[in-house]
Amino acid sequence: MKILVCISVVPDTTTKITFTDANSKFNTAGVQFIVNPYDELALTKALELTEQYGGTVTVINVGTDTEPVIRKALAIGATDAIRVNAEPKDAMFVAAQIAAQAKAGGFDLVFTGRESIDYNGGMVAGLVAEMLDWPLLNVVTKIEVNGNTVLATRDIDGGKEDLECQLPCVASAQKDLCEPRIPNMRGIMGARTKPLNVVEPFAGFDFADYHLYELPPAKQGVRLIDPANAGELIDLLHNEKKVI
Amino acid sequence: MSVIVFAEHNENIFKKSSFEAISYGKDLADKLNTNCVAVAIGCSDTNALSNLGKYGASKVLNATGNTLKVFEAAAFAKAFCEVAQSQSGNVVIISNTYNGKSLAPRVAARMNASIVSGIVAMADTTSGFSVKKSCFSNKAFTYVQMKEANKVLALVPNSYPAKESGSSVTPENVSVAVSDADIKTISKSISTVKGKVPLTEAEVVVSGGRGMKGPENWGMIEELAEWLGAATACSKPVADMDWRPHSEHVGQTGITIKPNLYMAIGISGAIQHLAGVGSSKVICVINKDPEAPFFKAADYGIVGDAFEVLPQLIERAKQLKA
Ligand SMILES: Cc1cc2nc3c(=O)[nH]c(=O)nc-3n(C[C@H](O)[C@H](O)[C@H](O)COP(=O)(O)OP(=O)(O)OC[C@H]3O[C@@H](n4cnc5c(N)ncnc54)[C@H](O)[C@@H]3O)c2cc1C
Ligand SMILES: Nc1ncnc2c1ncn2[C@@H]1O[C@H](COP(=O)(O)O)[C@@H](O)[C@H]1O
Repeated sequence: MKILVCISVVPDTTTKITFTDANSKFNTAGVQFIVNPYDELALTKALELTEQYGGTVTVINVGTDTEPVIRKALAIGATDAIRVNAEPKDAMFVAAQIAAQAKAGGFDLVFTGRESIDYNGGMVAGLVAEMLDWPLLNVVTKIEVNGNTVLATRDIDGGKEDLECQLPCVASAQKDLCEPRIPNMRGIMGARTKPLNVVEPFAGFDFADYHLYELPPAKQGVRLIDPANAGELIDLLHNEKKVI
Repeated sequence: MSVIVFAEHNENIFKKSSFEAISYGKDLADKLNTNCVAVAIGCSDTNALSNLGKYGASKVLNATGNTLKVFEAAAFAKAFCEVAQSQSGNVVIISNTYNGKSLAPRVAARMNASIVSGIVAMADTTSGFSVKKSCFSNKAFTYVQMKEANKVLALVPNSYPAKESGSSVTPENVSVAVSDADIKTISKSISTVKGKVPLTEAEVVVSGGRGMKGPENWGMIEELAEWLGAATACSKPVADMDWRPHSEHVGQTGITIKPNLYMAIGISGAIQHLAGVGSSKVICVINKDPEAPFFKAADYGIVGDAFEVLPQLIERAKQLKA
């Protein structure tokens, strides 16, 4: 089985978010970049699947200064990597690059994360699936492969759905899929020499422009209620805020 | 040109998020001097369909066919696009529910559209077409110019009010050219929590953290939730220790919610927890530690012991609802 795992490179979860250039750019100064946590799950599951059934795991990233983070994915265990040398402008652009590589490389499964924790789009998997005309297993907490048949469990509003499809397909990883692997010393050493192919992007798809950022308005400050008269909170929520 | 809204239903019951999406579509259509068409797929309740007009749809279309009984992203996208095209629809509104998240990108790829998800406010059409979306796990917002003529807007539930501004319309059934061959995944079974408000749709959420000390104390959380018609949630360690099911875990690695009211009891308010709940409209925090970071994100706070505060809240909620 040939699996392509899509890796987005995102700021660490504890990053304090600030902007520069009159709020038109995300301030990357001092920010630590990591493999998107959901992509780590996709990668780990892909490794488990290939250990079980044989095959290779290729990671792909659309980005320019992302090699150190891609190397981390190689250290976790991926066979090789592709970097599409372009700014990941928007989901449509990224998906088009991934779909083209998936087709050219003859992959059976494209695995993404449920969403990237920076832009929280959650759109790449579905876009790639439609571009390739493949089935989509979106936001899955379980995935099994049996010959050409894939069984998965996906999240739905208020519950779960079990579904089945045939390879090739696209899947996106949700937490609970597996325990993410962390690289060991041997992995880190080996990662340095694993192949990382840099390819130029396909032109086109300049569909959306992220041009301005803003932080949520600061809270007015908390209004404290006397714990001895806690019931007052319920009255305020009912009369003042009208939320209950 | 028209604005097309996906009206999602579950066994003929339309979701509140669909009413919000239609109200959004109607207001957007007004700005663009066009009309708003609601498109349902596989609904068999005429009353429920005609009711969609009340939220602002000037036309309600229902795609029918044997293959369209259960949600399937590829088949639904094909059916939806066929109907949208027949209406010269070029702006599509889809709510960011789980099904919406699978449908929206497939629709966008078929239409070669600009797509933005996580939209939290009305589009600004004064110069180009700019939308506001949340980013960095609710720690910030960004404005995006959608440059293509075709656009797919995926709207965060509970971000735009559902308004009964119109009147019911007579729905039309349309048969679409979707066959078994278009179905790419087969649904084997669906399990949903019955009789409880799903967390993702709840307007009020009562949530407990490690400060609740143990699963045996959740009776109080559940009782308060019941009186308030709320769903229950929890912090990550609570789910990790199996005090509560993982389906209740909210935050960066759990579910993201945006209820009208979030009540956090015995939760410290770590940044990863706030990532999932920080955009709730009103936040109440009950914590015995006055230095708990959650108070900084709260509208109301009670510095006190949960085991003394909760019974008072339950008592008052009872009186209120009685
Ligand atoms: C990558 C990553 C992702 C994460 N994702 C998530 C996530 O999605 N969701 C999440 O919740 N966490 C997440 N976390 C964990 C997060 O950092 C915190 O550890 C967690 O939220 C703390 O949970 P808590 O507030 O329940 O427990 P604690 O931090 O232990 O806080 C308990 C609170 O209860 C109060 N308390 C104790 N007794 C009482 C009492 N009798 N009455 C009132 N108050 C009392 C204490 O003062 C304290 O503030 C993540 C962490 C990492 C590193
Ligand atoms: N620049 C990128 N390069 C490779 N994969 C990406 C990129 N951006 C997003 N992805 C993949 O798409 C998933 C969903 O991303 P998004 O739609 O941006 O939330 C991520 O979890 C990644 O697996």
